[in-house]
This record gives sequence, C-alpha cells and structure tokens, in this order.
Amino acid sequence: MDWILAILETLLFIGAAPLLAGWTKRVKCRLQNRKPPSLLQPYRDLLKLYRKQPILPHPASWIFRAAPYVVFAATVLTAAFVPLVAVNLPTAKIADVIVLVGFFALARTFLVLAGMDIGTAFGGMGSSREMTIASLAEPAMLMAVFTLAMSAHTTNLSQAMNYVLDTGLVLRPSFVFALGGLMLVAVAETGRIPVDNPATHLELTMIHEAMILEYSGRWLALIEWASQIKLMLYGVLIANIFFPWGIARDFSPESIGIGVGMIALKLALLAILLVLSETAFAKMRIFRVQEYLSFAYLLSVLGLLSHIILEAARVHH
Amino acid sequence: MNPITGIDAYHAFGLKLAEAGLPLRSVDPSPLAPAKVLELAPTDWGKAAAVARAESWRWAGVWAEDCGPQLTVQACLEKQGCYVLLHTAVDSAHPVLPSHTHSYWAAERPERQLQDMFGLRFEDHPDPRRWARHQAWGDTEHPLRKDYPVAGTRSGPTPPDKDYAFLRAHGPSVYEIPVGPVHAGIIEPGHFRFLAVGETVLHLEERLGYVHKGIEKIAEGRDPQGLARLAGRVSGDSTVGHAWAACMAMERAARIEIPARAASLRAIFAERERVINHLWDLAARCNDVGFAFGYYQFGRLREQWLRENREWFGHRLLMDRIVPGGVATDLASEAAAKMGKTIVRLRRELDELLTILDANSSLEDRFLGAGVLSAELAAALGALGFVGRSSGQSFDVRRDAPYAPYDRLEVRVPVETQGDVSSRFWVRYKELRAALRLLESLLVNLPAGEIAATWGEPPADAQGFAAVEGWRGEILAFVRFATDNRIARYWPRDPSTVNWPALEKLVLGNIVPDFPVCNKSVNGSYSGHDL
Repeated sequence: MDWILAILETLLFIGAAPLLAGWTKRVKCRLQNRKPPSLLQPYRDLLKLYRKQPILPHPASWIFRAAPYVVFAATVLTAAFVPLVAVNLPTAKIADVIVLVGFFALARTFLVLAGMDIGTAFGGMGSSREMTIASLAEPAMLMAVFTLAMSAHTTNLSQAMNYVLDTGLVLRPSFVFALGGLMLVAVAETGRIPVDNPATHLELTMIHEAMILEYSGRWLALIEWASQIKLMLYGVLIANIFFPWGIARDFSPESIGIGVGMIALKLALLAILLVLSETAFAKMRIFRVQEYLSFAYLLSVLGLLSHIILEAARVHH
Repeated sequence: MNPITGIDAYHAFGLKLAEAGLPLRSVDPSPLAPAKVLELAPTDWGKAAAVARAESWRWAGVWAEDCGPQLTVQACLEKQGCYVLLHTAVDSAHPVLPSHTHSYWAAERPERQLQDMFGLRFEDHPDPRRWARHQAWGDTEHPLRKDYPVAGTRSGPTPPDKDYAFLRAHGPSVYEIPVGPVHAGIIEPGHFRFLAVGETVLHLEERLGYVHKGIEKIAEGRDPQGLARLAGRVSGDSTVGHAWAACMAMERAARIEIPARAASLRAIFAERERVINHLWDLAARCNDVGFAFGYYQFGRLREQWLRENREWFGHRLLMDRIVPGGVATDLASEAAAKMGKTIVRLRRELDELLTILDANSSLEDRFLGAGVLSAELAAALGALGFVGRSSGQSFDVRRDAPYAPYDRLEVRVPVETQGDVSSRFWVRYKELRAALRLLESLLVNLPAGEIAATWGEPPADAQGFAAVEGWRGEILAFVRFATDNRIARYWPRDPSTVNWPALEKLVLGNIVPDFPVCNKSVNGSYSGHDL
C-alpha cells in the first residue's frame, strides 16, 4: 500500500512538473502585460516534441544519445524520494539529500558531456559555463544541506521534515540563512534569470540552452521535461523543508488531500516569487555569477555557524 | 586659415591639394550641387585622400560606374556639412587605382566591394580578399559591369561559401566560435567569427553579404517611381530614409522643387520612423540583457505608433509614402490633432518608464562600460548616427547640411563621449525626445498646399546626389539618369556600411556573452549593407 502511494506520488510529481512550468509562464506573462498561453501549453509542447523525429548530429557518439535518458532517469529517481505530499513514504528511506545532490551532479555530467560530444562551439561553451556555475553552486547547496542536517540530526529529507513539524514554528537563524542560500542556488541551478535566461534566443549568452542546442524531437522533450521536474524539485525542497506544514503524516485520504492542496499552494506562491525576481532584474554579466554564488555559499556557512553558536549551544545548557 | 564654414573648408582643401602638387579640376557649376566635384587623375587618387585625411575630412563612401571604355569612380568626403566628391576615371579593360584605405580605415570594405562588383583593383589595398562576392558569381565576373546579365550567369541554388580565409589563431588556449549566418532567433543573417580566450574576445571578424539583393543592378532601367519603391526596400526599417534620399537625388537631377507641405510631411515620416526604431532599439537592448519588462513596455509603445502609421498613412512602416516629387499620402487635420495627443502621451509614458529603468542597477551593470568605442576610433572611422554621437561625433545632416524642412527648424543633436552600450542607449533616448519635439513643431507649422510636384523628365545624363539623416545616421544616394526618364545608376549608402567595422573594434576585450548587447547597441542593417 505504502509503495503504491509512493509510486503514485512520484507519478504526480513528474506529471505536475509541466503544470508548474505553465503556471510560471502564466504569471510571467501577466506581469509583462502579455496574454498568457494556456496552463497546459507545456504539455502540448512536450507532446509535439515527442512526435517529432529527432535529428542526430554526425559526430555524435553514444553519449549524445544516452544523455537524455540518463538525465531524465536521474531526475525522476530524485523526484521519487523527495517527499511531495506525504512524509514517511518508503521511498524516502532509500536515499538522503546527499544522494539528491549526487543525482543532480550525474545528470549534469551527462548533459555537459553531451554538449561537448558533438564538437560545436556552442555546446562546448555551454558546457564550460555550466561547469563553472556548478562548481560554485554545489558547495553552496551542500552547505545549506549540512546546516539542515545538523539541526535535524539527519540527512534524510523525510526525517528532517518530521523534525521541523515536531519542533513547531521556531525561528531558527540557521534555517533562515540556509533558506536564503538554497533559494539563490535554486535560481542558478534551474537556469533562471539573473543567472541564465531560459527564454533567450541569443546563442552567445546561453548556458543550459547552449548545451542542448543540437537536441531535437523526443530527446529534447525528455530534457525539457527533466528541467521542469528539476525546477519543481527545488520548489518542493524549499517548500517542504522550511515550511512543511500541511504535508501528510499519515496516509488517510483527508491528510493526502490536504497535502496535495498545500504543496500546490506553496509551489504556486514560490513561482510568483521567482517570476517577480525575474521581472525585476536583468540577467547578470556571466562573471558576476561567481559573486552571486559566493554569496549563496556565505549565507549557507553563516547558517552553519549560527547553528553551532546559537542553537547547538542552547542544547548543552 | 582656420575654416569656419563648410565652404571655407572646401577652399582650404583646394589650396592644400594644389600645395601637394595635385593637378585637379573643380567642376563648375557642380552637376551634383550642393555637393562639390573635384576631378583628379587616377594616379593622384591616393594622395588626395592623404591630404583630405590631414585636413580631417570625413570619408563617407565610394562608388563606380561602368561607362563603356572607362570606369568612373567617385569618393565622397564631408567636412562641416560640405560634401566634396572626388571624381576620376580609369580604363575599363585594366582598371587600377591607388587605395584610400591607408588614409581612411572606412574605405577598406567599400573598395573590396568595388573590386568584386566592377573588377576595379586597388593596387596597394592591405586586404585583397573578396568581400561582397560569396559563390553566386565567379571571381572573373563583375555584376555591376553593363555586360553582366541581370539574371546572373548561374542557375540553381548558390553553392555554400566554405573557403573564405578568416584570420586564424594558433595556440592551445585560443578557440574559434563561428556564429551565424543562421541564428537561433529570427534576425538578419550575418556571420561572426570570434577568436576567444576563455570568455574574452581576442578578435572578431564579420562576414556579411548574405542578403545581397542586387539593388544597384536591378535599379538600372527603372523609372523614378520604380526607383523610389526599390530604395524603400534597401533596408526595411529605414524605408523612409532611403526613399527620401533617392527621391531627393532624383529631384535634384531633374531640377524639381517639391512643395513645402511635401517636405514637411517627409520630415514627419522620417521623425516617426526615428521614434519607432529608437523605441524598438531601447526594447531590444533590454531584451539582450534578459530584462523582459523593458522589452515588452518599449515594444508596446512602438506597436502603438506602428498602428497609428497604418491608420493615418496606410502603411505600418510608411513604405512607398515618399514618391518622386513629393509624398503619396496627405495628413488629415484630425489625424494631425490626434498625433499631437499621442506625442504627449508617449512622452508621459517614457518619463514613467525611464524612471524605472534608471533606478535598476542590474540593467546599469550590464550597460556601463560594455563595448566601448573610443572617440578617436569613431572619428577615424567617421562613425555615424547614434554610434558616432555616443563617441563624441556630433555630425547630423539635418543640422550640419540642412535640407527642407530642417533648414527652418532647430535640430538638437545629443552627444555623449563615453562610447559604451550605456551611452548608445541614452543617446537613442535623447534623440527620441528630440524627434518628438521636431514632430510637434512640424505639426504646428505644417504648410498648406500641394503634396507633390508634377514630375518632369530630366535631360539625359542628369545626375543628383543627396544626403539625409535616417534614424541610423547619414544616408547617401547618387542617381544618374540615362535617356527616357530611366535610371542608369543608383548608389545608396546606408550608415550601417560605415558603422559595421566599429563593432569589430568595440567588442574587443569584452566577454563573449556580452556580444549580443554590443552588437545590437550598434544595430547595423545587414540588408542596407549587403544591398
């Protein structure tokens, strides 16, 4: 029974990811005085891409063909163990947050290799920029995660959420810092403004898009879908770790129903926040990204320090 | 003598040329009035340019014409609003001239263009590579020679142009980035070859000519109406500017005075074109740095003005509204009143919008210091329009060589000296405000009367030369009639032709992802350059 629920939750996760992308787009259009497309447009786009014949560039090796599947599979597996509507699901026990960072790194490695595999200037450029950003984003993310782990005494996401729920609404400086750090990392890792521009057609400014410039058809559909799931993953992480209230702790239909409603609400609000920042800022000059991510890292480290100084000390007394 | 006016500068130039021992003949009265014509021997061609350079004349363009046994060549110089055309003739069978490139950097590509189009060889040209020619015609064929057929000599698709010798770099850390001519967005085609170290641009080489339409060739044999339509298609976003320049050149050739109302209406069209394109450029600049808010707001304002154009004048871009002798569409008085109101509204919206943009430090961070074109480089190149004016070059045809109706208007020309993307953004904005002022005074003082003069057939061989200020800068046009009211030669020069090389320089030392914003801050027309 638990396992069926876990599988259903994962399916809901990957099924709802395009909807979140559609919602983000909708809010963005509204803020820019444009008529938004339907909320279902991302689904139509994926279907359209899926039906199209993919084109394989001549110099492509098996890496290029394998990358979309590896990226998609890694992202779906990550989605499987991040609690969406309920904690204590069996999948959550399988892996912890460090595995999550690892899966992201695996997906990224394949995308980067695929970008370089075909030997175009854009692919190489995108891959090089992606690695530059990743090498700064990953430590910041891990630091935020460690802060959380130190407070909750666990790296397991489900247990961490239980810990936050059990201790109730307490203002923990360490969490505030870690939240700030993680949000900055989320923007960078999901390729949003001000770090990358998912809507751009200017090849030379691209990061993520430059790596996947040669993908088409169902391969592109898989990569796009994986990106949408990744955006949602970060949203769910932020929503459920720092504001877990509403998530189902038992598997009664009411609790699950509330869980679904609450996560939808939280994600919708986070998307609005993301779009607001995307509308208010221009994209950064690429070498500003290191300052931005250093700041994210600094926030995470401050979180860790404030935990040690303020919160851990209190336990001893 | 320190020249004060253009005509003084011209006399001083004549004296200097004489001092340099160059036998020349001033053609009097000038067939291309108000421009002056100086005839030179081919051997003195390069020396004359050196004298002009020393006298700080601006080099504006060069064109040739196949006149049977001889090729005539004319180069255009300008100083303080005075246009001088150097004229020479070479043997058609073995056409060789000294190059102007040693004195004027701007002459480099136009001379290579003549080499491809006429087989005219510039003996000491530093770069002998082809420029206009891709693979649509062979290296021994010269499309602008009279014996070359309009339809071309090859059938079927043009083979790809694979063997153009770009500058290569050697070394383990330098890599090449080829960009275009097909881009990810829907923009004009052009190829850019970067040499980069990491993200820093070491060298940029432009390769243009992908939208060569044979404008000069297909102009031959047209009637004046046909030429005006063609000129309006040299570059779609400058349709008013090019049509005006071509019509003015034809009217000068045919000695036709256009009615005062027609001149004012032309200026209204031209200023509206300027407003619309500057709005779109400001929008595009925001888009280049991922600032969607600015993009959509400026885009919305531009769209409103385009719709008004359609409503009042029958065409969104005002194509074919300027015809030989005047204009094709009158401005109704209700429309004039409405236009006055929309100007006020636009100004109010701009005030609001610019307050928001000015306070946005993330935008400022991208614009400031990016893509600097120094005043020295801009002067050496003779950079035009907002590109020149952002780097201290204040030349504006409307003010410095005024033509009706600008001769009775006060034209404010904003100038900045920083030369970066930010400067080009703000100069555009100021020009936009100045254009709104001009529009208002044009509307207030709109003369009554006819909107077109009747066309009178010009005598055979009549020629005309005109310069107007398009929204990108000075647009030149030369026209010579054959017999029967037919065009023998049309040479348009879009300001982009002059400004394109500036991009190669101003992007150096910038990072690769900043190229789009640098490129569009110059915003050269591919079509206007490729002809």
